[in-house]
Amino acid sequence: MFQHALAQIDLFFTWQNGILWLRAMVTTLSMAALGCGLGFALACVLVYLRSWPSIALLPVRILLIAYVEIFRRIPFLVLIFLVLFGTRALGLRMPLFWIACITVTVMATAFIAEIVRAGYESVHRTQWESATVMNFGRLRTVLFVVLPQAWTVIIPPAFSYFVMFIKETSLASQVGVYELMQTGKYFNNVGISPFLAFGTCLLIYFALSYPLTRLGWHIERRLKHRFRRIAGPVLPSASVTASL
Amino acid sequence: MTAQTKNKTDVQLAVRGISAAYERGGLVLDNVTLEVRKGEIISVIGPSGSGKSTLLRVLIGLLKPSGGEIFLDGRRIDYDSRRDLKEMRDRLAIVFQQFNLFQNMTALVNVSITPTKIRGEPKAEAKARASALLRRVGLGDKLASYPDELSGGQQQRVALARALALQPEILLLDEVTSALDPEMVNEVLDAIRALAQDGITMLIVSHEMAFVREISDRVVMMADGAVVETGPPAHIFDAPKTQRCREFVSKILRH
Amino acid sequence: MDYTFQWGVAFKYLPDLLGGAWVTFHLTFIGFWIGLAAAVFLAVGQTYGGRGLRRAISAYVVFFTNTPSLVTAFFIFYGLPEVGILWSPYVCILVNLILNAAAFLTDVIRGGVASVRIAEMEAAETLGFSMLQKIRYVIVPHIAKVLYAPISNLYIVFILGSALAAIFGVEELTGTAFNIASDTFRTIEIYTLAAGIYVAMTIIASTILALAGRWAFRVKARIF
Repeated sequence: MFQHALAQIDLFFTWQNGILWLRAMVTTLSMAALGCGLGFALACVLVYLRSWPSIALLPVRILLIAYVEIFRRIPFLVLIFLVLFGTRALGLRMPLFWIACITVTVMATAFIAEIVRAGYESVHRTQWESATVMNFGRLRTVLFVVLPQAWTVIIPPAFSYFVMFIKETSLASQVGVYELMQTGKYFNNVGISPFLAFGTCLLIYFALSYPLTRLGWHIERRLKHRFRRIAGPVLPSASVTASL
Repeated sequence: MTAQTKNKTDVQLAVRGISAAYERGGLVLDNVTLEVRKGEIISVIGPSGSGKSTLLRVLIGLLKPSGGEIFLDGRRIDYDSRRDLKEMRDRLAIVFQQFNLFQNMTALVNVSITPTKIRGEPKAEAKARASALLRRVGLGDKLASYPDELSGGQQQRVALARALALQPEILLLDEVTSALDPEMVNEVLDAIRALAQDGITMLIVSHEMAFVREISDRVVMMADGAVVETGPPAHIFDAPKTQRCREFVSKILRH
Repeated sequence: MDYTFQWGVAFKYLPDLLGGAWVTFHLTFIGFWIGLAAAVFLAVGQTYGGRGLRRAISAYVVFFTNTPSLVTAFFIFYGLPEVGILWSPYVCILVNLILNAAAFLTDVIRGGVASVRIAEMEAAETLGFSMLQKIRYVIVPHIAKVLYAPISNLYIVFILGSALAAIFGVEELTGTAFNIASDTFRTIEIYTLAAGIYVAMTIIASTILALAGRWAFRVKARIF
């Protein structure tokens, strides 16, 4: 049982292996960060477009709403397969890392769009009116008045989605990306005890997720304090259900 | 916008037969007709729900009228045309009952943001003008304060300065003292008095009858979405012609 | 575009996919309910228990909420045989699901319980309620209202999270799709169908939960 694991300790804890884990960690973090960063930007654009009231843009709005509802309800694993085979079908032979990044982006955009929409709604209608009567125009109102006030409601859940995606990227191992999970599998396959291989994997994920989660709580507290002035409702513990 | 020959009288704003309704139905404004001449101070009074604030909201384009026409300097404003709305909002400014300052900006930025970001004025100039305006309403020491650090009266004065920074031809004041604690009402009224000296055209909706009486050139009394009576303050308050107006005035005077 | 779509072939396999969806359903259903029951006990233990118990439960919750479900699944699947425990893949995944679900749910429930104690208890005190009355008329309805939406949301999340069972050979929806796609090479069509079924399943689940919430608890839960 554990003697097997103990016997391998010398074999397992080497500098080369450490480098492997480190590189895997960087891969995991970059997939999550790139995907969420891009997803955040796209989500802001999506919600902005969705807020146009003109009838001409109704089909676009319906499409955007459908996008959000659909891509929040597809498992990461299924999505990454779809992206993989989809891009191959289009003739694009992309590196697996980018396939994973695209998948994270597609999902993150949908999740974060919901948060941004809630952010828009948290800003009182009269703030919009004040901007309208001074000829701000839609874009400037969003940039100068709505988003700065919506930050308190947007940042905490968005951050917990980032932490969630760090863990979701473990599924990218299934298409062969050399991130943390895949590294664990590799070690298990070459004969290292699963307790050591996957145990280390678990610890590194934990070391990434837990401090960041606490950082997220800290940010949420700080935002609540500094933006006391914002007259909108701040969603309580939005990060609780989002932190998966 | 249909071009029309300019009237020889200096009518700045003409409201003809404006009707309006909210989505829930029910007429909020019923065939309202009103004229504002350049430099005039017109006050609109009446019981709650009489459509006074709605009239201002229609003028500034926050509510589309279902009937009637509005002329600014003789030119008809098409409330469906974004260009017309934009032009109209360049020339009219409104101060709301709930101040509605931008919560994420300091007083100075609140006042200077439209000139800088929307009208493209050079920043230094706009900020200097904004500071001067804020000093004029007595808030020279609050330039860097955020709205939640200011009292209601102070916020309303910032709102006033913000509207003035737009250099409007007509200033719309929508019950600007109704949301204030009594002790702050006077500081705002004083600020408005000072503006009256400058000869700016004002359309004021207010419950402050003594103030209305003192400052207005003409008073319009509204009830149930329609104009009941119009005339100089002395006439409306001392000798109203219609029954409705008489009822209203007697009720206020009793207080 | 070097791929020819053959949707007809894919639709032939719809019954198989729906069979997989059924496995997803009972896997998630059983796992979530057991997890919820466990979470109630754990939440109570964490709020009212002794220091050792509280720390142990906290450690468990913190551990499972900060590690990917996939990795704990691998740990269980490959690690348990090493210590002589041989479970079927289904059971391994079920246990993994229960452990993860219980952890997240404990967090949520504890938040709900904590939010009751201060505000509502004072109100109940001033109204002269007995302890039992307090629990029945104040605490439980309040908790139900506050927790219903997050718990429903987590249920949907776990339906989607169950997809990883495919990796271990469980023939739930994703696993079935994987097998069919490997056989027929109609990857995009099959996975799209599977995705569509997930979307449908979660929408149906959200709707039922929302309606049940409105009827039973008078909770206003959003479907979309």
